[in-house]
Amino acid sequence: MDSSARIRFRDPQIEMAHGAGGTASRRLIDHLFAPLLLNSASDPLPDAATVECGAASVAFTADSFVVKPLRFPGGSIGELAVNGTVNDLGVSGARAVALVVTYILEAGLPGDVLEREVRAMSRAAGAAGVAIVGGDTKVVENGKADGMYITTAGIGSPIPGVMLSARSVRPGDQVLLSGFIADHGVTILLARGELDLDAEICSDTRSVLPFVEALAQSAGPGLRWMRDPTRGGVATSLNELARDCRLSIHLRENKIPVRDAVRGACELLGLDALHIANEGQILAVVAPEHADAALESLRAIPGGSAACIIGEVREQPAGTVICATSYGGTRVVDMLVGDPLPRIC
Amino acid sequence: MKFVDEFREPELITRTAAEIRRLADPQRHYRLMEVCGGHTHAIYRFGLKDLLPENIELVHGPGCPVCVLPMGRIDDGLAIASDPKVIFTAFGDMMRVPGANGSPLRHKARGVDIRIVYSPADALKLAQANPDRHVMFFAIGFETTAPSTALTLLRARALGVRNFSIFSNHVTIIPAMRAILDSPDMRIDAFIGPGHVSTVIGCRPYEWIAANEHKPVVVSGFEPLDILQAIVMILRQLNDGRAEVENQYKRVVPWEGNRAALKAIQEVFQLRSYFEWRGMGFISQSALALRDSFGEWDAERIFRTPGLRVTDPKAAQCGEVLKGVLKPSQCKLFGKECTPEMPVGALMVSSEGACAACYTYERRKYDLVTVGA
Repeated sequence: MDSSARIRFRDPQIEMAHGAGGTASRRLIDHLFAPLLLNSASDPLPDAATVECGAASVAFTADSFVVKPLRFPGGSIGELAVNGTVNDLGVSGARAVALVVTYILEAGLPGDVLEREVRAMSRAAGAAGVAIVGGDTKVVENGKADGMYITTAGIGSPIPGVMLSARSVRPGDQVLLSGFIADHGVTILLARGELDLDAEICSDTRSVLPFVEALAQSAGPGLRWMRDPTRGGVATSLNELARDCRLSIHLRENKIPVRDAVRGACELLGLDALHIANEGQILAVVAPEHADAALESLRAIPGGSAACIIGEVREQPAGTVICATSYGGTRVVDMLVGDPLPRIC
Repeated sequence: MKFVDEFREPELITRTAAEIRRLADPQRHYRLMEVCGGHTHAIYRFGLKDLLPENIELVHGPGCPVCVLPMGRIDDGLAIASDPKVIFTAFGDMMRVPGANGSPLRHKARGVDIRIVYSPADALKLAQANPDRHVMFFAIGFETTAPSTALTLLRARALGVRNFSIFSNHVTIIPAMRAILDSPDMRIDAFIGPGHVSTVIGCRPYEWIAANEHKPVVVSGFEPLDILQAIVMILRQLNDGRAEVENQYKRVVPWEGNRAALKAIQEVFQLRSYFEWRGMGFISQSALALRDSFGEWDAERIFRTPGLRVTDPKAAQCGEVLKGVLKPSQCKLFGKECTPEMPVGALMVSSEGACAACYTYERRKYDLVTVGA
């Protein structure tokens, strides 16, 4: 740790956007946290760190959840808290082994609400095949937290043969997506009931480990990079990839699966589905010769039937995500700026 | 998705684009102004410029309500918000627009009670739910949003809700179009007329532009096919030497406008003798204030505001961009000091702002320089 490191973080105060996963979050990490806290300048930063622990290599990560409301169609904060950390490990190429949980509870939280979330966590951990091995609880005054916040930290064991790095991505590689995008973010937005909009949609919260394992099997060394596009959505994850591999990602707009109800809500609210969070999808970059087998393996998994190849890696314009419309126009797909939907996970 | 996909049909779009290329006279240069910020956004988002021949130039107009709002109005609104009794409400577009001391969002982060609403009716509900607070709605927009503000006020009066007020920044489109036509550095061949404004005011108010200024006006919808079809209609007029008002957006825009909406505007608002527009200066009879009979709900009368004129940062060329004299990328600050995240001018904030649309969708498209990690 170098406390004399030059700090370039100049934002005068913390705003919601610093937690939105977009450009402001990036500044916070790159210009404040990384220079002061991260020993080995691991560039680019993955979703989980790899730590040498004796003879073993261990993947290690943590994630916090402040979603409002606590429950929503398709899931709840407890499920998110387990799946979020399992997924961060998964897309780093590791099978989650154990989690610890910390709860920050607000005085006045009904006991049965807490019990429901603890049960949800137990179920989600069972489904993901991960053990919860410890934790901690703190309580704050009434009015200081919206019911509860949950943090989970987890370790995972690397899946043999999986070597992921943005730097290994090459022009011609294919970009795969596991299914419909933006379900989670739009579900939360509607669940808040502020919009008088109703739609039959659910959060996609789930463990993505089955997809990860399928890709590891079917693409083997051809699997180059993975990410679960949570906050900031597919657009932000792919912009980070483009930046890190110094290549260009070309998407085909008509290939990206978006449910009609989600598209409708986005059209009405002026949101871009590519910027909206997912909690149970993965993006993967696969060498072209493995792409068809990889796609088939994703589609064979329950919940993976909508998987598809949404684009490919090209050389130019480097560092940029480009989307081709179905009639020959193109546009730049940028990272998320600001925070259209605060507190969705 | 119904009513959307039909207007994004690749085959129809390709065919319409081919028709545009056929109609465009290679000897001529066409400058068409899309008046509405919604059009600007759609043109960039759908990459429509890629489909047009080079001699058709699209120039964005003044129809972005957030963009034309002078900074002093934002500061006045935020001065009212500093009263701890007040809940400041506004549409989401307003939140990142910089005032002299920061945007509403920055004030919110400091603890000022500022909330996003999706409709003025939601602000009224908030007032009813918080009888011990005062809810002020920071109203912006052209004739498109003025009716919903008016109807909300009529409802507030009917319900006797007293802890509610409007800070009106509503503006009207016709005087702005006149100002553009009067501007000496402006050479426009025709207008792609605003779609949503016209659902309220109809098509008649543009007739003088065709009759006196001999410029075609085609009121257009917002889907790719709408805009391309409007361009076809404009080219046909120009090639025939005609100048008429035509309505491409018939599925939404009635020729006579929406009488009920116009009546509500009439009942609640009166024209201000003049109003300042960002970059365009003072334009007479171009904005709406509450009538005296609604004075009890008029934030400008209830609260004392500094009422200062704040000049825009000198280097920013928002005015030139707003009038279509400069392209966004020709502004000295574009993409450097001024980005959607750290905007200097409002055009970089709203999704309807020309600079934000250009920055978001176009900035790096032809830029082959490697972006450093």
